[in-house]
Amino acid sequence: MQPTKEQSLWMYENMVVSRRFEEAIEKAYLEGKTPAFNMANGPIPGEMHLSNGQEPVAVGVCAHLNADDIVTATHRPHHQAIAKGVDLKRMAAEIFGKSTGLSGGRGGHMHLIDPAVNFSCSGIIGESCGPACGAALSRTIQNKPGVAVAFLGEGAANQGAFHEALNLAGTWKLPVVFVIEDNSWGISVPKAEATAVIRNDVRAAGYGMPGHYVPGNDPHAIFDVAGEAIARARKGEGPTLIEAETYRLAGHFMGDAEQYRPKGEKDALFAKDPIPKMRERLLAEGCTATELDEIEQRADSLVADAITFARESDYAPESDALTAVFV
Amino acid sequence: MLDQPTNERRLTIARAMAEAMQQEMQRDPRVFVMGEDIAGFGGIFGNTRGLFEKFGKERVRDTPISETGFISAAVGAAMDGMRPVVELMFVDFFGVCFDAIYNQMAKNAYFSGGNASVPMVLMTSTGGGYSDAGQHSQCLYGTFAHLPGMKVVSPSNAYDAKGLMTAAIRDDNPVVYMYHKQLQGMGWLGTEPGATLNTPQEGYTVEIGKAKVVRAGSDVTLVGLAMGVHNALKAADKLAEEGVNAEVIDLVSLVPLDRETVINSVAKTGRLIVIDEDYHSYGVSGEIIATVTEHDVSKLKASPARVTFPDVPIPYAKHMEQFCLPNPDKIIAAYRKM
Repeated sequence: MQPTKEQSLWMYENMVVSRRFEEAIEKAYLEGKTPAFNMANGPIPGEMHLSNGQEPVAVGVCAHLNADDIVTATHRPHHQAIAKGVDLKRMAAEIFGKSTGLSGGRGGHMHLIDPAVNFSCSGIIGESCGPACGAALSRTIQNKPGVAVAFLGEGAANQGAFHEALNLAGTWKLPVVFVIEDNSWGISVPKAEATAVIRNDVRAAGYGMPGHYVPGNDPHAIFDVAGEAIARARKGEGPTLIEAETYRLAGHFMGDAEQYRPKGEKDALFAKDPIPKMRERLLAEGCTATELDEIEQRADSLVADAITFARESDYAPESDALTAVFV
Repeated sequence: MLDQPTNERRLTIARAMAEAMQQEMQRDPRVFVMGEDIAGFGGIFGNTRGLFEKFGKERVRDTPISETGFISAAVGAAMDGMRPVVELMFVDFFGVCFDAIYNQMAKNAYFSGGNASVPMVLMTSTGGGYSDAGQHSQCLYGTFAHLPGMKVVSPSNAYDAKGLMTAAIRDDNPVVYMYHKQLQGMGWLGTEPGATLNTPQEGYTVEIGKAKVVRAGSDVTLVGLAMGVHNALKAADKLAEEGVNAEVIDLVSLVPLDRETVINSVAKTGRLIVIDEDYHSYGVSGEIIATVTEHDVSKLKASPARVTFPDVPIPYAKHMEQFCLPNPDKIIAAYRKM
């Protein structure tokens, strides 16, 4: 399954939006954190898990989804949220802790929930899997269209939650697709030292579903495999497990000195940065530089508007902390 | 209670729970039930009997033994517009699935600023007294009630059991529904006769967050929930023989907690004893006492007391477990010390 030109450009645009957004977040995050790094300072306090480098997986999968479909995501959720269509302004405002944010500042960057596009995420490793099964079950029981996609990291594939959810999905043949972003690092521990198998796609066999491995951090290859899996789910043929190789260009969180990385690894990863690679590919396929430049400019202004909106928004009254525990 | 008219429907808590679920499933296609052995088997404690036969396997689902998997699935289904009733067979099993409960079920409404809701019921059995030892006999009321974002109820009788289940299913928030095994009316677990009450056929709700004064009195306030209420009522009967008039409060709900009813009662009696089958420290009993003393300590004529389970794992041997459990005699002894 190959993307149309329109789909390719959509993937490119969302990759660029995601990257530019994270560059802007990174810059804002560092404000107020020098000379001594203190996570609690600055306009964006707390942990920050950037997803730059991992954009291909999010766009290759979400290119097949519409607003009715469900995505449950991880503690590293920006690229997935953007690809699923979460409002960028409200997401930025949430990360800045503002009243106009998705939850008015109660959740922050690891807890982005946007019911308008059926997006949610959890800061707990592996906990995207069960809720995706439940949302898929909901559609099955109600006989409503829609599939659920659970994103997780390769480290999460060692959590019990992942295995329980896969068994549930396999047993009930749920319209759900599990997508592992294999960035090869669980914070500082390499995949090989934490995982009994070389590739997690083989684990699908234990749960009665097909498994696919997608090498190369290649949006087109991911689009292809995810397209088949999602179509299969839509036809009621059950779940699929996909593991896609990807690259974490940043640390686990901002402030991570990444001393665990082998020398030269980061340089090699940046040399394989999927965004310039995709631009080259699109040019080779006949897109014009002007067309791609326009996409990049549009991404720049979308991100700039979102960051401005976030900065200019007010904080909610502090007593709002005491509300919305119950609806 | 023994002289009820013959045309009344006396139901066990188990049947009352099943009837509430059945009526709500008929009323609302979004309601479905899942858990271990809740379909054809009807639930280990009888509370889903008849549902599978009536609604079939789509809406009454036996799950794999995967509490993390199916409880977090219930969260996902609830956020997608369904109203799942999901069973954690023994509350003791929360250890294998608590993330789904307190990090997802209880927090997603807050993390969405109230834009998303998680309307689900987590029903779970509590309590021992039948020598099932320390991993199948706990109450853990305080553990659940401590954590924000979930309502917590525990009925002491069938009337409340039905009304609370109906209210819990209709609630837009997650509700933890804790039913005490020895009140279920399952003969093999021993049965508390006071829990089997006249229960109307038609659907009704019992308000979540409202305590009940189940016996009026003026000399001492006995506060409990679930089995604690029955122990308190028995103690009150014995105290009455001595001319002591005890007021008994059934908390019914821990979250929200009806502090006002407790405060008003103690304002009248000046004495407070809390009965709780959960562990002694850091729990419901301490919370109730703090509620009263924070409000107006001058209303107390004596130091408050609590009759609780000591801070030890629940022992297996019958004599050891019974030694630890609250009972009417311990409540009377606590009163005498005041």
